Amino acid sequence: MSNPTPTALVLEDEREIRQFVRLSLESEGWLVVEAGTVRQGLIEAGTRRPDLVIADLGLPDGDGVDFIRELRTWSSVPVIVLSARTDERDKVAALDAGADDYLSKPFGTAELLARTRANMRRVRAGRSTTEASFRFGEVEVDLAARIVRRRGAEVHLTPIEYRLLGVLIANADRVLTHPYLLREVWGPGHAERTHYLRVFMGNLRQKLEDDPAQPRHFITETGVGYRLVVDAAEG
Amino acid sequence: MTDDPRPDPDALLAQLRQDEQREARGRLRIYFGSSAGVGKTYAMLVAARKLAAEGMDVLAGVVETHGRSETAAMLMGLPQLPPAQIEYRGKTLAEFDLDAALARKPGLILVDELAHSNVPGSRHAKRWQDVEELLAAGIDVYSTLNVQHLESLNDVVGGITGIVVQETLPDTFFDRADEVVLVDTTAEELIERLAAGKVYMPAQAERAAKNFFRKGNLMALRELALRRTADRVEDDVQAWRSDRAIAQVWKTEGALLCCIGPHEGAEHVVRSAVQLAQQLAVTWHAVYVETPALQRLDGARREGILRTVKLAQELGASTAVLPAQNVAQALVAYARTHNLSKLLLGASQAKAWWPRRSIGQVVAGLAPDIDRIEVGRSEKSRAVSAPPRPVRDDDGAGWAALRPYLWAAAVCGATTLLTHALVPYFDLANIVMVFLLAVVGVGVWLGRGPAVLAAFVNVAAFDFFFVPPHLTFAVADAQYLLTFAVMLVVGLVTGQLTAGLRFQARVATHREARSRALFEAARDLSNMLTIEQAVEVASKVIGREFRARVVVYALDAQDRLQPPLAAADSTQGLDLGTAQWALDHDLPAGLGTDTLAGSAWLYLPLKATMRTRGVLAVRPEEPRYLLVPEQRQQLETFAALTAMALERVHYIDVARSATVQIESERLRNSLLSALSHDLRTPLSALVGLADTLAISQPALSPAQAGLVAAIHERTQRMTDMVTNLLDMARIQSGAIRVRMEWQSLEEIIGAAIKSSQPALDARQVTVRIDPEVPLVECDAVLIERVLANLLENAAKFTPPLSPVAIRVRVVGSEVQLSVHDHGPGVPKGQEESIFEKFTRGEPESATPGVGLGLAICRAIVEAHRGRIWAEAGSGDGATFSFTLPLGVPPAMDLADSMPSVTPAAH
Repeated sequence: MSNPTPTALVLEDEREIRQFVRLSLESEGWLVVEAGTVRQGLIEAGTRRPDLVIADLGLPDGDGVDFIRELRTWSSVPVIVLSARTDERDKVAALDAGADDYLSKPFGTAELLARTRANMRRVRAGRSTTEASFRFGEVEVDLAARIVRRRGAEVHLTPIEYRLLGVLIANADRVLTHPYLLREVWGPGHAERTHYLRVFMGNLRQKLEDDPAQPRHFITETGVGYRLVVDAAEG
Repeated sequence: MTDDPRPDPDALLAQLRQDEQREARGRLRIYFGSSAGVGKTYAMLVAARKLAAEGMDVLAGVVETHGRSETAAMLMGLPQLPPAQIEYRGKTLAEFDLDAALARKPGLILVDELAHSNVPGSRHAKRWQDVEELLAAGIDVYSTLNVQHLESLNDVVGGITGIVVQETLPDTFFDRADEVVLVDTTAEELIERLAAGKVYMPAQAERAAKNFFRKGNLMALRELALRRTADRVEDDVQAWRSDRAIAQVWKTEGALLCCIGPHEGAEHVVRSAVQLAQQLAVTWHAVYVETPALQRLDGARREGILRTVKLAQELGASTAVLPAQNVAQALVAYARTHNLSKLLLGASQAKAWWPRRSIGQVVAGLAPDIDRIEVGRSEKSRAVSAPPRPVRDDDGAGWAALRPYLWAAAVCGATTLLTHALVPYFDLANIVMVFLLAVVGVGVWLGRGPAVLAAFVNVAAFDFFFVPPHLTFAVADAQYLLTFAVMLVVGLVTGQLTAGLRFQARVATHREARSRALFEAARDLSNMLTIEQAVEVASKVIGREFRARVVVYALDAQDRLQPPLAAADSTQGLDLGTAQWALDHDLPAGLGTDTLAGSAWLYLPLKATMRTRGVLAVRPEEPRYLLVPEQRQQLETFAALTAMALERVHYIDVARSATVQIESERLRNSLLSALSHDLRTPLSALVGLADTLAISQPALSPAQAGLVAAIHERTQRMTDMVTNLLDMARIQSGAIRVRMEWQSLEEIIGAAIKSSQPALDARQVTVRIDPEVPLVECDAVLIERVLANLLENAAKFTPPLSPVAIRVRVVGSEVQLSVHDHGPGVPKGQEESIFEKFTRGEPESATPGVGLGLAICRAIVEAHRGRIWAEAGSGDGATFSFTLPLGVPPAMDLADSMPSVTPAAH
């Protein structure tokens, strides 16, 4: 970690939840700042410069999505969204606004801490992408030579499959929404063709997973998007 | 015409359409003969008996044996339909029972005497209309017809035999018959049979009939029958040829226009036109051009003309009544728009002493390319069954008609007196002006007749009093003759002109009144917000406008006619059955129509844009009133307005209920999401706090840790229950929204296994998906929910480590997903009831769950138009299966057609 004591901002209007998130994070050595409204959250984020933001979507003075949009105009700090709603579209909206990850209520401490660690690892990895190869499970991707190997054997990918894999690797451990992936892989104007994504994701699973029906790395976030889980144990 | 050997597409299309209609329609065979006694009925019975012997369901609907024993013997053994008894003017008359025949629905029915007129009070005026309905109901019909009953040959036969029959059959109906069988006998044999008493002859008509059965007559009739049959055979041959692309035979151009004139003999022109059209095998139109002068004809004459127009329509013409100033121009314009190249009109009635160009000549000047055919006048033209002219009660009317003339005379007298006083001061030339002024004044105020009278009287008065020698009609100076002539002509012309103006002004007033009535009705109807209001306003407005009793039947929610609310005395004679008929057939019925013409009410279907919205029943005080085409048109416009108003009100209701539905749905959704938030937030806090307690420092004692774990677990279960309850509430309130996308089932299964991992624990899940399973259109979130529920269900009822299998395959037009476990299975007899709410396989058990899971599964699957069921299995666990319909996945331009590959990773 860059700072000796990393700071987390918890933006949540329910006191009990704020309290348990704080206790969980503090047990991992975080310094926790609390806020209960969008206004207060923005002030805290601006003054404390946190290393992580955990934000609820339903706040008394506004929508968490608005907070994220505002925050993203000047900060790239990882944001994890807490959503009490079951509607996946809210999660997609938050992710598209710039959130990095989400947790559906109710969630346990273990889940919260796993997500926190994954996001921090991604931030660290982002700072050293000079690495020429990427590895998850038994798969090794040689980014320079564009060669994919599984258990040492070369796997042939079509150009689109490789491109999709590339986008997933660049955002490893992060939830990528359908519109984002379509835009990155196929270019603008393809946002409606989610079935393309399903077919090519299926192909990647066929080629790179042991059991495509029970994937360990190419994880489906139903109704939201996909996530490439690097360390399958933490998925 | 082109030499292209391909059949004309229009003709082929018409053929196809006819064939299509014929599929469902019954077939009609007509036994056709030259006169009574040739053996038509006998031949029909022979054929029917043969079919009956072959096992066909034959019914004798109505067969006239006319007391002939051979015929009666043939009828024996065939099932016969008892006749209906119809009350008419205190007598009970037997008539063919159409309703019984339709209800009985035989394969073939025998209906003798196709041209017969039904007893008044029957559904249709003519028997052939009964036959039409039988054919429409898919029943085959055998019938008989004599040649003199054919409409187009009616006056020809009348001319030959001197006997005009009133019962006629439209040629179009005859031509539409599927088969015509000619029953032929030589004239000699017929006369022999007559002599032998084998031909029916009613006692009272014996003399006339004897006259009829003269050899010459019979031969002429036989020739007519043979020729008519030959025409038909030729048509059949042509139809056959066109069917097989041998030659193009049907002309779409070159159709015929028949001009119906106001004079007697117009029917003859119409009959000639139909014969010519048949010979040329072209379609034909008949028009009546109504000039202002013709509009002034008295009611009976006009009615006669309109009957001729109707006759033309019955004979198969497209008809029109064109209001216009100039007959020839209107005819040419009509011929041009309808692409008609031949004009048929009656011989000109030009009077020898009045050199005036006939309409035919004017048409020739306007359009030299149109062929004109003039039809000679028939010696003996039969008036088209015109009703007796109503007797006028003339006492008051005669006096009223005379009054303007008396006024004109009085004006002339006053003028003479006035001018007499002026003579000393003015020249005679100016005195004439005053007389002229008087004529013009009379013309303006009193009309043409009085103006003519005034012109003559004033000329006479001027001559008598002012022209020397005074007080005689003698004229000293010849130049006054010119004065008289000019005065007379000016008087007549101004009289004529002003009268024309008056007439046009009256017509304009009439039109204005009609448009205003329409406008007011439209305005009133457009303000109505309920069906009852619209019905009331329409009844009131139409009743006032047509001096009639009006009942509007609107449709209720089940599309049934609502019985009228009006008092019983104002609905006397109203028949719901007829109204229903008009609605079902979308045709007018009752007064003045082909169906139940004897009714006092006219039933008009209320046709709106989308569908028929009800029936308008009108009972005018004066039935003749509605026969005038303008009135009928006006009434139909009112009906259309009413229909539109009813339709608009209907859609107002639809929109209103949709708004209410949207509003209540919105309310329900916000309530549910508020409830969801309020219940879940404290539960989330509980779960989290229990977790926090578990990792707190210093570490908890084992007993304490156990309690914390229990809190966590129970809270988690509580959350699941709340989720289920809320989902069920959502589904039940209809708030569930299915978001269809093309999904990969493999992916959904993977997500479902992952999300039910905590429940499945260490159980092994095997997934087998047939390779041919395509993408399926469904809501991934909901289907994942179904699968997760089924997996958790399997986990709940099976021992730990017992495996679970998921199988996906295509069955017919569906894809079937099954979840199989190795637990105790579903108890026999409960395969269905476990999908009910709050039901579990075992009534009392320690296994948790409120039993909503499967009910939710079923609701979701049914929302996808699929099915879900459980199989009890044979002691080897339970299988839960559900299906989703297969569709056609969208195409993918599979495309590794991307230009170049640049890895997105950096």
